[in-house]
Amino acid sequence: MRLFTLDFEKPIVDLEETIAELRKQADEQKIDLSAQIKAIEEKLEKTRKEVFTNLTPWQRVQLARHPKRPYMLDFLQRIATDFTELHGDRRFGDDHAIIGGLATIDGQRVMVIGQQKGRDTKENLMRNFGSPHPEGYRKALRLMQLAEKFDLPVICFIDTPGAYPGVGAEERHIAEAIAVNLREMMVLKTPMIAIVIGEGGSGGALGIGVCDRVLIMENAYYSVISPEGCAAILWKDRAAASQAAAALKISAKDLLELDIVDEVIPEPLGGAQKDYDATAATLKKAILKHLDKLMDVKMSELLENRYKKFRKMGVVAKAEPKKRGKKAALPVAQTT
Amino acid sequence: MDVFDKPKITETKTKKRDIPKGLWVKCKDCGEMIFSKELAANLKVCPKCDLHFSMTAAERVAALADEGTWTEYDADLVSVDVLKFTGVAAYSERLKSHQRQTGVLDAIQTGLCKITGHDVSLAVMDFGFLGGSMGSVVGEKVTRSIEKATELKIPSIVVSASGGARMYEGILSLMQLAKTSGALALHAKAGLPYFSVLTHPTTAGVMASYASLGDVIIAEPKALIGFAGPRVIKETTQQELPDGFQTSEFLRERGLIDVIVHRKQLKETIGKMLDYFSGRGKRKFKAA
Ligand SMILES: [Zn+2]
Repeated sequence: MRLFTLDFEKPIVDLEETIAELRKQADEQKIDLSAQIKAIEEKLEKTRKEVFTNLTPWQRVQLARHPKRPYMLDFLQRIATDFTELHGDRRFGDDHAIIGGLATIDGQRVMVIGQQKGRDTKENLMRNFGSPHPEGYRKALRLMQLAEKFDLPVICFIDTPGAYPGVGAEERHIAEAIAVNLREMMVLKTPMIAIVIGEGGSGGALGIGVCDRVLIMENAYYSVISPEGCAAILWKDRAAASQAAAALKISAKDLLELDIVDEVIPEPLGGAQKDYDATAATLKKAILKHLDKLMDVKMSELLENRYKKFRKMGVVAKAEPKKRGKKAALPVAQTT
Repeated sequence: MDVFDKPKITETKTKKRDIPKGLWVKCKDCGEMIFSKELAANLKVCPKCDLHFSMTAAERVAALADEGTWTEYDADLVSVDVLKFTGVAAYSERLKSHQRQTGVLDAIQTGLCKITGHDVSLAVMDFGFLGGSMGSVVGEKVTRSIEKATELKIPSIVVSASGGARMYEGILSLMQLAKTSGALALHAKAGLPYFSVLTHPTTAGVMASYASLGDVIIAEPKALIGFAGPRVIKETTQQELPDGFQTSEFLRERGLIDVIVHRKQLKETIGKMLDYFSGRGKRKFKAA
């Protein structure tokens, strides 16, 4: 099976191909090449570790966008015993870039909502490459409020390059749809967990991301702007995306340090696409662990904690009153 | 924000504050040469074609607040370069140069005042400071402004003018969307009115949070209002944009905006609505 190869995976793929070639030779010509094969296999292991333990932020973005990366439905197939999709926003239509429905995970009934990308061109056209329209956000809110009414926790799978920049999206007020979600999620009376499983593209991601817990997969990213978009504006050159990716601090580890996410969910070496089952099992464990804790929290406390969680995000300083000379800024702790 | 490109702002609009007093300003719409003092006296509206120029936060406050009632809060909050953002330009340098140029610390002023006698908590954005972009300071001040309104049981008003979230603060600026919208959830639960005033331009992250959440959404004429920038939409969709796309007038026809109000009537309009939303006939505003 020939998988899609990223630039930085090239040395690994080259070695894998060499090994395959040697095996073929040994087999066909009935000669013993096991020593050579073993040596290259060792080199392969070493190269793999080297490449994948030192991934740059931009390389991780590429993994997050890997065409073989598991999407929400791949995970649901593996972590849920039941899934009934519920369609439509009861206003305009059904957005296939955001799906949602009733699911059971380890016996716990939940509402799942998330962005879904397509696996091939045809499916991607249907899913709009995971870029939702206003209907997607309005459907998401409808399902969240349904979950609230019937005491179902909400699990959100975030995986979008961003909300769709199109004429229809603007005409039907995509900004308003996202804004309303942000406001209503803050006071929704049910436990909520969001997991950034791939791309966390700006407001389009946050539109289903105001939750009690925000988790992120090791190679996923979450950013205010795409690295390419930032590069185009600040560097006047989309090719500066790798510098922008580093400057924006969009990798899982950075986000954990910035207190934006609560936990980083590890992926198999080389990325989630290498082993769907193992990745799904780790994800399931993390969801259940956090769900278990959240279900024990009193509702008033849950809501207060959710508010505080987002309330404290951001860093400001106080300018010193002008005395002699220049004023200096002193970082101060956040209030409330 | 991801899908946003900088809105086109005419030179006369953004550079107004740089022009020494006594100079002439050219209106970009009708080409009229206007004496800058005359423009200021006319609330920065072109006397010939009614084009609404950008206002600084201070000018906006002066135009809205009853005389002598303005008390500014959190005037000393400044942005921090948390990410140590370096690229073509370092964030800390850009902040300093904008502070020097504009004489203000960031893209917003917040405070308490009266509008036609009603107590309100007012936040006013300033497009002239880094394109009115929302970083932690803007997000924090808007949030505090709304929280103060909730605490004092008074209406909250935000006058927006912004190109969106402030890239230099990365994900922290994105989270200001959640923070400010969350504060509005509690303000709404307390049964208090919130007015969003959209001025040219209001887009991206600010539009995807508090600017879209008004009980009443008021816009100035011909303002650019939207989520994604027109250039990005054109490039993405390879589609011609409809006439007047993303203007106040276009969005009122499509149901987003309650009312488009000329700047000269803005204070009076807000005041009149506050009369209605203060409830219980002739009694002064009280929370439910
Ligand atoms: Zn004019």
